[in-house]
Amino acid sequence: MVDYIWVFVIGGIICVIAQIIMDTTKLLPAHILVLYVVMGVLLTAIGIYPKIVKIGQAGATVPIIGFGYSLAKGTMEAVDKEGIIGAFSGGISMTASGISAAVVFGYLASIFSHSKSKK
Amino acid sequence: MKSIKTDKEYKDYVKDKQPKQTLLKNCINAFIWGGSICIFGQLLFDMSKKHLELNEKDAATVQIIILIFIGAFLTSVGIYDKIGKHAGAGSIVPITGFANSIVAPAMEYKKEGYVMGVGAKMFSLAGPVLVYGTSASVIVGIIYYFFK
Repeated sequence: MVDYIWVFVIGGIICVIAQIIMDTTKLLPAHILVLYVVMGVLLTAIGIYPKIVKIGQAGATVPIIGFGYSLAKGTMEAVDKEGIIGAFSGGISMTASGISAAVVFGYLASIFSHSKSKK
Repeated sequence: MKSIKTDKEYKDYVKDKQPKQTLLKNCINAFIWGGSICIFGQLLFDMSKKHLELNEKDAATVQIIILIFIGAFLTSVGIYDKIGKHAGAGSIVPITGFANSIVAPAMEYKKEGYVMGVGAKMFSLAGPVLVYGTSASVIVGIIYYFFK
């Protein structure tokens, strides 16, 4: 149960930071997504984010920072195994299922949707 | 409406009409919605570990795929945008928001055709995320290779 509280708190804080950035600057949601992914990659590279994931679990992996975390984690694991080639293959391999799901479900959802606003 | 004569009165009037404490309210909404979506993700993770008997890595994959499916589905039926009005960043930052950022522009530009409309516009928001995320991870990988 304590785990779930941490999931909620860490996930919530990550979203609140994004909300504060959005409300106090002119950055758009697209900028936030890019900023968060790059932050996730960098924080994982310097070893901070894996510690947050250990405490926050889904609270840290479900936000888009978690995508950056997976990219960096996959890259570093692949570099350990395969050397320099891993720098190019590791990130996308680790996140392949998420990217494929996003492409396929995104495509299907748009095909079967009825956009009311533009007709 | 009372008459406005001086600059100060006008400024007071404007200040009076502005919504108060919107930042605090937005932050509370973002916290609750963002936290709840993460809790839901954790439930999916724990359930797929327990009932499908998957290891951590596969359970995380199942979790992400289901969340993306739900985000895409709720966007296509118009519910996710309604949630987004209350939740703000709480609905943008979780991975469901990434699915939303793919489906929303694809739906909007569907009338431009299935290749240049849906196929191309799907990535108008998600594309930058992939470009910067992938580039950053490759740079990190190269640096890691030389300095590990």
